[in-house]
Amino acid sequence: MQDTAVKKPGAVSIFFRALGSNIKEIGTTFVGGDWKTKVSYLVMGFGPLMRGQIVKGAAFLACEILFILYMTGFGAGYLAKFSTLGTVETKKVHRKTVYGDNSFLILLFGLLTIIIIAAIILLWRMNVRENLREELALKEGHKLESNRHFAASLFDRNFDKTLLALPMAGIFLFTVLPIIFMICVAFTNYDSKHQAPTHLFTWVGLANFRELLSFTSSGLGSTFIRVLGWTLIWAFFATFTTYFLGMGVAMLINRKGIKFKKMWRTILVMTIAVPQFVSLLYISKMFASDGIVNGYLLKWGVIHDAIPFWTNPTLAKVMIIVINIWIGIPYMMLIATGLLMNIPEDLYESARIDGATPWQMFWSITLPYMLFVTGPYLLTSFTGNINNFNVIYLLTQGGPKSTTLAGNAGHTDLLVTWLYRMTVNDTNYRMAAVLGIMVFIVVAGVSLIVYNMLPSVKDEEGFQ
Amino acid sequence: MSNQKSKEIKYTSMSAKRRVGNTSTYIVLILMSMIWLFPFAGLVLQSFRSYDSEYGGMVNYLVPKHFSMDNYLFLFSGKTNYLKWYSNTLVIAFAVAILQTIIVLCVSYALSRMRFSGRTALMRFWLILGMFPGFLTMICLYFLLKQFGLTQEGAIPGLILVSVASCGMGYYVCKGYFDTIPKSLDEAARIDGATRSQIMFQMILPLSKPIIIYTALVAFMAPWCDYVFASYVAFGHDESYNVAVAMTRWVWTNDYQGYFTRFCAGGVLVAIPVTVLFMCLQKYYVEGVTGGAVKG
Repeated sequence: MQDTAVKKPGAVSIFFRALGSNIKEIGTTFVGGDWKTKVSYLVMGFGPLMRGQIVKGAAFLACEILFILYMTGFGAGYLAKFSTLGTVETKKVHRKTVYGDNSFLILLFGLLTIIIIAAIILLWRMNVRENLREELALKEGHKLESNRHFAASLFDRNFDKTLLALPMAGIFLFTVLPIIFMICVAFTNYDSKHQAPTHLFTWVGLANFRELLSFTSSGLGSTFIRVLGWTLIWAFFATFTTYFLGMGVAMLINRKGIKFKKMWRTILVMTIAVPQFVSLLYISKMFASDGIVNGYLLKWGVIHDAIPFWTNPTLAKVMIIVINIWIGIPYMMLIATGLLMNIPEDLYESARIDGATPWQMFWSITLPYMLFVTGPYLLTSFTGNINNFNVIYLLTQGGPKSTTLAGNAGHTDLLVTWLYRMTVNDTNYRMAAVLGIMVFIVVAGVSLIVYNMLPSVKDEEGFQ
Repeated sequence: MSNQKSKEIKYTSMSAKRRVGNTSTYIVLILMSMIWLFPFAGLVLQSFRSYDSEYGGMVNYLVPKHFSMDNYLFLFSGKTNYLKWYSNTLVIAFAVAILQTIIVLCVSYALSRMRFSGRTALMRFWLILGMFPGFLTMICLYFLLKQFGLTQEGAIPGLILVSVASCGMGYYVCKGYFDTIPKSLDEAARIDGATRSQIMFQMILPLSKPIIIYTALVAFMAPWCDYVFASYVAFGHDESYNVAVAMTRWVWTNDYQGYFTRFCAGGVLVAIPVTVLFMCLQKYYVEGVTGGAVKG
């Protein structure tokens, strides 16, 4: 409750208020500080070093030196070209290659430089605060923390920083930076015609988004709507068919008097254990026009022409959802098996005494409980299915091909498989980036709506 | 008297009803088992079809006329890099399993047991990052790896690096497990003078065997299916392929030159160790999946 009350003034005003008080503190620290602190404003870590805080001071100083070396030798050059993404193309002049700019590098390292500048400002702020803290402590007659004590705190009080340093660095370099990069690409004309370094790309504003949402003959609008529609239909069916069927199977196996429970479960779980590229590729070939299913049906005379499992768009979509049930039931069965046993038996007992039918018991006891407990699972499963690349790609690769869809999209393409095809086959990076942002918007939108409706995620500390 | 009789009748009708119900349940389960096992049976049977005296492509019958080991011998004959692909995948799987488990444990411990400023902001930020589709960043990652020489010939360490670098965001299940360990244990240990790191290594981790095994198992199984990024990073360099990339190519492009049964044989060899491992550790997998579903 208190949390929401504090948030009321709005994030923007909080931000500016915090910024204001920070600037004020920086000013008062400078005015009131001794000469060591004042020098620290230029030479980071000078104050701590002079006061015997070798570890902290050296770290600050090293960061500043590295930053200056980086900027002069590397960063500044890229940052200067960031607004144009380069103007000089690499050309062959009299058989000699004359190297020019490379938009890709300028964009990537320009971003990196901007982030590093932001980081150094933050570090500088920490450096100022550290000086203030030390001065105040000395003024009050406290002794400063010894270097050894500080190092030891990295395994105790500050253990979280030790634990998170490496993972956060990895996530920054291999997730955050690439994502920011690709978001920027969505605002450039980086495609097969603009491949750096021979053909530079540059900023184009919102042109790509306009192309995606334009419904003229050259635009991708109608294709995008159809692919998005199928993505949502697929995610809905894939999530709920496996959810209810998996629960049903779990209840069947849980029945009193059913023997070999473990064996049934083990058989079903085979689909999780066997790598999908083996099982799904085999199944996609099983239903191919010359595959074993059509082969037997033709041989037995059930049909006269091969059933176009993968070449008829509607049939292909149905097949994908059906085959996904084959993969998805075991997951849900495993989850449901444990949870169903948690429902107190006397609930059913008293319902039975009141004369409830099994169907009524399922409807008013089992289902509400399961929906309550597995709410988060349903959400992650839905968003996971929006991004479910493997099933679609291994079964149909997005096919069958379509003449009515633009941008090389196939009938069973999800947004992510379409994105993949644009990246790998068409090198249409700008539209791939736009699609990626669209997927994010869809997933974030769905999550936001559903997440606020979930009862079980509201109180995280409640579990502890 | 009559009351008891009617009860008896009711009882027998109940048990008859249950017997009918059980029989139909058995029928459903047997049918399901057949559907579930059919593709695997087909895969194994076709892998034994003789390549020399029959055909290596797609045929319209299931049971081969001549059983032979042709396809398996082909895989080991050195005419393809199958052994290389297999060992590549094994190396990636082991490395990812070990490193990813370590990183996920570190992140989960920090987020579950410690309270520091920016903790919820960090978790929210990672949640939002996770909503971007993974392939979006493919070209950028490819380029980053290329700078370090980790594509084509160096694709194996490159793939390990990329999988491990971002795995910290997948802490949910593990943190959920840590959250269930009572905090009073930590507090008691801290009163006794234990440091945070001592609590982690000497108390929490020994209590967390199931989740450690779950994390490692999931991490180990993922590289066997990794097609998307592996094919992009190793592009055109046969020796750096993993099994998924190499054998997917067999099915899609070389199918009609008789590579289908070879794919089946290769697939069986991939599936056996992974399946056996999974079945042995099934208990822990179930525990992890169930916990994860509830905590989200």
